[in-house]
Amino acid sequence: MPIRKVMKANEAAAWAAKLAKPKVIAAFPITPSTLVPEKISEFVADGELDAEFIKVESEHSAISACVGASAAGVRTFTATASQGLALMHEILFIAAGMRLPIVIAVGNRALSAPINIWNDWQDTISERDTGWLQFYAENNQEALDLILIAFKVAEDERVLLPAMVGFDAFILTHTVEPVEIPDQELVDEFLGEYVPKHAYLDPSRPITQGTLAFPAHYMEARYTVWEANENAKKVIDEAFAEFEKRFGRKYQKIEEYRTDDAEIIFVTMGSLAGTVKEYVDMLREKGVKVGVAKLTVYRPFPTEEVRELAKKAKVLALLEKNVTFSVGGALFQDFSRALINEKEKPVIVDFILGLGGRDVTFKDLDEALGIAQKALAGEEFDEVNWIGLRKEIL
Amino acid sequence: MAESPFKAEIERVQKEYSEKMTPGAIAVIPGSSVVNKTGSWRVFMPEFNRDKCVRCYLCYIYCPEPAIYLDEENYPVFDYDYCKGCGICANECPVDAITMVREVK
Repeated sequence: MPIRKVMKANEAAAWAAKLAKPKVIAAFPITPSTLVPEKISEFVADGELDAEFIKVESEHSAISACVGASAAGVRTFTATASQGLALMHEILFIAAGMRLPIVIAVGNRALSAPINIWNDWQDTISERDTGWLQFYAENNQEALDLILIAFKVAEDERVLLPAMVGFDAFILTHTVEPVEIPDQELVDEFLGEYVPKHAYLDPSRPITQGTLAFPAHYMEARYTVWEANENAKKVIDEAFAEFEKRFGRKYQKIEEYRTDDAEIIFVTMGSLAGTVKEYVDMLREKGVKVGVAKLTVYRPFPTEEVRELAKKAKVLALLEKNVTFSVGGALFQDFSRALINEKEKPVIVDFILGLGGRDVTFKDLDEALGIAQKALAGEEFDEVNWIGLRKEIL
Repeated sequence: MAESPFKAEIERVQKEYSEKMTPGAIAVIPGSSVVNKTGSWRVFMPEFNRDKCVRCYLCYIYCPEPAIYLDEENYPVFDYDYCKGCGICANECPVDAITMVREVK
């Protein structure tokens, strides 16, 4: 029987790692994800998890150790956030290029300067072009489940790409919620043992990993990463379906909430989706036709699903906790790209809000709704809007 | 120059993978540096004047690749398949028997 425990998302991530039985975990503590390696080191020390826990001197070393371990042929896990993920940056490309199915749990946190330990998505969004798969959790249960699913997808022969699972700093990492811990046997059946096909060490099979590629081969090697990302779309759907069958919890690349007959659809990710669902419930009672779409998967970008979603609404209001300078948010780019050649497309309005842990309140959402309604009515509106900005101190 | 002891195996695997990219661009051929020519990015090449050479072997010792070996009479021979054109040999040669010239392909 699965047990229910009250825990933080950090603990849920550690539990997911324990259930996935990685052989090597290398991690460096960083707020707000410190508790993940702490908890895992406890599991290892108590003999509950048979794994090598490597203590390293930086995140750059943590991910490097993971690359080494994964290249040797074992399931590998680490956790980090913010500046730590940024420090891993160059190795993230190497992990994806070498097609190593490492999984990282990321406590989504703002980037310096100024120093800020609270939540936004700038850290993982900044790594969107590394080739890694990206999942975003709405609550602690999803943090646990998505890490298991991430392993499943990453290790699939058609994919073989590393994956990161983001959960919002403090809003999830340090907030307790009831989380169902699935049975070990069921997880074992779901994930299976990781049997590496390409990357493993065997003296009778001498190979070179992480080679130099001349111009004659580099482009093809990069294309295989592109291809693997494309393949991942189908594999993710399969993994979601199998997960639902075994554990009863349903996941979709884009989860829709009250979008039927909606005129304005708020699009968001992570824990903000919960807030917006609450807000939409309130508006629906007043008869306002609004809905929510939550991206559970951000890379590979669910282009087809976005196009389907776009058919349902007149206005897509993107709520983003990240900035792409002079453009707006990352989702704004991605949605614009996905819809640019569609014959009929909704108006897209971008909202940047909640950066660095700023609370997103109903008042903020009212402000966003007001602008979205202007767009709906065909009035003039700004494409990119900073919500809740304290203009008086500028 | 001595042939690689892996040559037969290298050629077999190379044939098998000659048209195929491995996942993660793994090199599955052991000792492939022997058959993969790495001198293709050279801009300058060493030109050797046998008459000036005093057979001191400094070029042979200093070549970082090493792309210089000795013939039966102990004169240096330059292996242009692997020479990167760094010019260290020409710089070390005490009798100016080696000069670097622009390579025209």
